Amino acid sequence: MARLEINSVSKAFGAARPADGLSLAVEPGEIVAVFGPSGSGKTVLLRMIAGMFEPDDGDILVGGRSVVGAPPERRGIGMAFQNFALFPHMTARDNIASGLRARAGGGDVAGRVAAISRLLKIEHVLGHAPRELSNGQKQRTALARALIGNPDVLLLDDPLRNVDAKLRYEMRLELPNLLRRGTAAVLYVTQDYREAMAIADRIAVLIDGRLAQVATPADIYAQPASVAIARLFGDPTINLAEVSPVAEHGMLLATVAGARMRLGAADGAAPAGACWLGVRPEDLAVSSASTDDAIPARILAITPMHEKAVLLLRLADGTEWLAALPPDAPQGAADDAVFVRFAPDAAMLFDRATGLRIGASHRLKAA
Amino acid sequence: MEHSSLAGRIFRGVALTLILIFFMFPIVWIFLMSFQTNEQILRIPPRILFEPTLANYEALISGQLRTAAGNLQISFMRNLFNSVVLSSAAVLLALLLGVPAAYAFARFKFRLGESIAFTLLSFRFAPPLLVLLPLSLYYQELGLNDTYFGIVWVYQLIALPLILWIVRGYFEDISPDIEHAYRLAGHSWREAFTRIAVPLAGPGIAAAGLLSFIFCWNNFVFALILASADKQPVTVGALAFVTASGIQYGQIAAAIVLSVTPTLLLALYAQRYLVEGLSLGAVKG
Repeated sequence: MARLEINSVSKAFGAARPADGLSLAVEPGEIVAVFGPSGSGKTVLLRMIAGMFEPDDGDILVGGRSVVGAPPERRGIGMAFQNFALFPHMTARDNIASGLRARAGGGDVAGRVAAISRLLKIEHVLGHAPRELSNGQKQRTALARALIGNPDVLLLDDPLRNVDAKLRYEMRLELPNLLRRGTAAVLYVTQDYREAMAIADRIAVLIDGRLAQVATPADIYAQPASVAIARLFGDPTINLAEVSPVAEHGMLLATVAGARMRLGAADGAAPAGACWLGVRPEDLAVSSASTDDAIPARILAITPMHEKAVLLLRLADGTEWLAALPPDAPQGAADDAVFVRFAPDAAMLFDRATGLRIGASHRLKAA
Repeated sequence: MEHSSLAGRIFRGVALTLILIFFMFPIVWIFLMSFQTNEQILRIPPRILFEPTLANYEALISGQLRTAAGNLQISFMRNLFNSVVLSSAAVLLALLLGVPAAYAFARFKFRLGESIAFTLLSFRFAPPLLVLLPLSLYYQELGLNDTYFGIVWVYQLIALPLILWIVRGYFEDISPDIEHAYRLAGHSWREAFTRIAVPLAGPGIAAAGLLSFIFCWNNFVFALILASADKQPVTVGALAFVTASGIQYGQIAAAIVLSVTPTLLLALYAQRYLVEGLSLGAVKG
């Protein structure tokens, strides 16, 4: 049982600052996904914890003990690499057992290897060399190797990046249970927001070496701290429009492509000046009936995606928006004139200058 | 390959045979010469069929060289022994020094690292004869003239840069993540070096070791200057076959066959390490 604590850690490589005052705590048994676009510093953070780089500044604690400066083998850390990093000259069995032999110095190595490989369904390939394994089996072997020593901290560096789509779905379902078996504090790096949302208890969004938001998956999706985060979560991505909202009769109103849209109740934090209006594609309703609270638009294209249909719309002012509709909803056809609506509480407002969500400042503190 | 026409296959067979004959002929001819007397060899036209004799090998092994002008003492077996000792010791020393150094150059960035690596390579730029003159003076001062250690040391000029630069490339090709993974599993860097890096660079180490062995084995000029008769390798010892009464072609051929054998055996032994593509499939592209 050990808590992982990262205290204002910074790291620079020349002009690049992949870590800029990062602070994050992961409780034992908790899975925190580190999510961010490529080059945002996710891997560097993991490697500092594992001891491949030392931070320039700040401290990293495992179970209250600083591990900065300690050699990797004494940090109590298990890690699964994106490229698997299996030992090519050893069988899968020896790969998995390598951690145990060094730590426990014998013990019931065979029994524990058998147990973990049964759990990961790779018992039948234990005698094979890594080059004889499929990517999925390699990934499971690498996971087994990371898990078998019951490390205090488990670092997973985009472990599903190199496995095929079907296996990725399977693993997304299996992994949370697998990782929660122990009491390790799990840090899970991924570039796929769906994976982060499926696996993690909390998501830490890393942008340019800084933590932009740390919150539960549901909170991040519904209450993104900034327009940048809102754009990272969701497929299709969130629709944006430049607006300058005004308060009228206790309601916040904004003009979108000529239509007056209601954006929810105007509370104390009424926005001043230019804003981004964000509406998720699945919050849009499309119909052929005109009302005064609907944006006139034209359908440019329809992509049926079986579980949903995605419509590319051109609003009256030329802005292109996407709408994701249930497949059984009436969709119309390309080039149809339609009207787009959304519920006032589906609208998110972001300050155009800072990109921060308006009325969400208290949520940032929770990070 | 499978869909090539009959003509194509015949052409390929003929071409391969011609190339094989071109490269193998000198070696086969020398092998045949080693079983003939000088008179048989110098017969014109030469014959493929002859009555084989083991006289050349007997002469080499017994050390008695029979020429028209009488018996000569030669120390071929001693030279062969020297060659084995000198080349093996030189390659072993170069591996002990060069493999860890190659690892350091591959994995760590340190001050003057590239300059040191390049300096070691630059030893190969200078013509050996230029280096030898000052070196022989130093060796006389240091008392290293005509010692096994002195020659093994000077052979480092041949073997060390070769091993360093070849093996370095192999270490650089191993993903550092593999070593990181091994260390996170609870092993020290020393264990990661000996159990992960060295085995994975095995084919490269074998290739570099074999090449430096061949270069040391075939070296002539260092030992010619720095060693006297009882420390000289076969390359220098072969001079003894040029006698007052002519060149002993039969014995030379036998000497070549004998002196090629150790290198050939080593190459055959090292071959399986050379072709073993261990790192295949370890790390995804």
